Amino acid sequence: MSFLNFLISGISLGSIYAIIALGYTMVYGIAKMLNFAHGDVIMVGAYICFYAVFSFELPPIVGILMAIAVCTVLGIVIEKLAYKPLRSAPSLAVLITAIGVSYFLQNAAQLLWTSSPKVFPRFFNFGGQASVSFFGGQLSVSWTTIITIITCIIIMLALTWFTGKTKRGKAMRACSEDKGAAQLMGINVDATISMTFAIGSGLAAIAGVLLCSAYPTLVPTTGSMPGIKAFTAAVFGGIGSIPGALLGGLLLGIIEIMAKAYISTQLSDAIVFAVLIIVLLVKPAGLLGKRVNEKV
Amino acid sequence: MSKQREPVKLVPVPNPNIIPERDADKSPILECRHLGIDFSGLTAVNDFNMAIGRTEIAGLIGPNGAGKTTVFNLLTKVYQPTRGTILLDGYETSKMTTAQINRLGIARTFQNIRLFNNLTVEDNVKLGLHNYINYGTLSGVLRLPKYWKAERIAHERALELLSIFDMENLADIKAGALPYGAQRRLEIVRALATNPSLLLLDEPAAGMNPSETAELMDNIVKIRDLFKIAILLIEHDMNLVMGICEGICVLNFGEVIAKGTPDEIKNNPAVIEAYLGKGK
Repeated sequence: MSFLNFLISGISLGSIYAIIALGYTMVYGIAKMLNFAHGDVIMVGAYICFYAVFSFELPPIVGILMAIAVCTVLGIVIEKLAYKPLRSAPSLAVLITAIGVSYFLQNAAQLLWTSSPKVFPRFFNFGGQASVSFFGGQLSVSWTTIITIITCIIIMLALTWFTGKTKRGKAMRACSEDKGAAQLMGINVDATISMTFAIGSGLAAIAGVLLCSAYPTLVPTTGSMPGIKAFTAAVFGGIGSIPGALLGGLLLGIIEIMAKAYISTQLSDAIVFAVLIIVLLVKPAGLLGKRVNEKV
Repeated sequence: MSKQREPVKLVPVPNPNIIPERDADKSPILECRHLGIDFSGLTAVNDFNMAIGRTEIAGLIGPNGAGKTTVFNLLTKVYQPTRGTILLDGYETSKMTTAQINRLGIARTFQNIRLFNNLTVEDNVKLGLHNYINYGTLSGVLRLPKYWKAERIAHERALELLSIFDMENLADIKAGALPYGAQRRLEIVRALATNPSLLLLDEPAAGMNPSETAELMDNIVKIRDLFKIAILLIEHDMNLVMGICEGICVLNFGEVIAKGTPDEIKNNPAVIEAYLGKGK
């Protein structure tokens, strides 16, 4: 039973990584840049939800919606102010700007909300219970875990539908393939990029709330480690690929929890990254990434 | 060989531009006045003047590096002109973006094919229809009735456009998997989907064999007759240019060296010199 327990918490953690990784992968796909500030948007989302629910005593669902709204706007503003002016700059300049935005968000959070940890209480309680038991109490799964996994499934289905079947989703894929040609089809590329940042940041807010529900210590650097892990997950699955982000996230979460459970808590991160290195040695484009053969 | 076509008389409107006589009572769809662009000191196109009639098939020819594709890039605002004005259907385009130009009526194909290779043939055409499919993001994600209706109309329109080149049966194939000739045709269909009044074709016959080229010539004329639009094409295949173009503009080193009907161009000493070099 303990194995099953570990597997479920691995999937749950992996779901959070997957939701964050979607933000990295979508932005990379369309803007061909690594948005290292993405992890810190998660932190902002968590803080917004925390204050909405525990200072203004709004219902949790309102807090989550507020977090999503604020992060969506934040994502668009970051893109407009920091990345758009650099659209034609070398990718290194954009990368450094992204790191700058990341530190800016962390320090702004420290000023606004201080660096003393906030304890994010559980608010996924149903019928006064924080968890449900299966098999006569042998297996107990928290509501947070269940909601995390369900949220991840819903997000994946909605995004797959969006990019595959709707005109704006297809415009997004077209822009990620060839911005010039997309423009000549009358597609507003700037608006499409903004929309991608908005979706990615909205998802980051959801991930922030889920993350802090599962690991309830909230500090201004809360987002950075999950951010880097989720970036790893995106690369692991093949950056630019939406199913790749899901697969990479889930595998990373499961490997991390299993390593913690069966090998060593201290070494778990090292093991996660070792697996990443091995996968990239064998499949340089990631698990689901496509190798682009340069035509000569 | 393709059929002989009616000789066309070109008339000046306004000077020094020329368009076919049948379009003379309407204003030209496109007018370029003293258009020019410099790339860090290097003049790529200079003093380019041209007018195209509403239903004209016009050709832009010239040796390699003459600036033909640069003219296309200027017209579609991929490049911002350094000098001069472009009037599209009477509208000044200097403040417009590429996407706005497309909505106003210019569509184009590319010298090196630029399809969305990972999307299906139908989705490529639907991207051309992008601005004519009306539903918001929310009704798309929530699959409201509006979404289904708009998507059904787009689907039918896409198949209708593909049927011009008998490509309906290829609708579900990834564009990247199409054979070369079909990719070239799909680019034209995708451009037509944006509902242009002026279609720019950048070397449509490149890499085609003579029978494919003959078919393409018939199709270009068919498109013009069907959609009642103007077509401006860049082409190196002189059979195609002389066969279907009514007005021809010759560029050399970024400057217009001749303008006129195919017969006038064929016998123009400056053109012959540009292509073959100076005789001794």
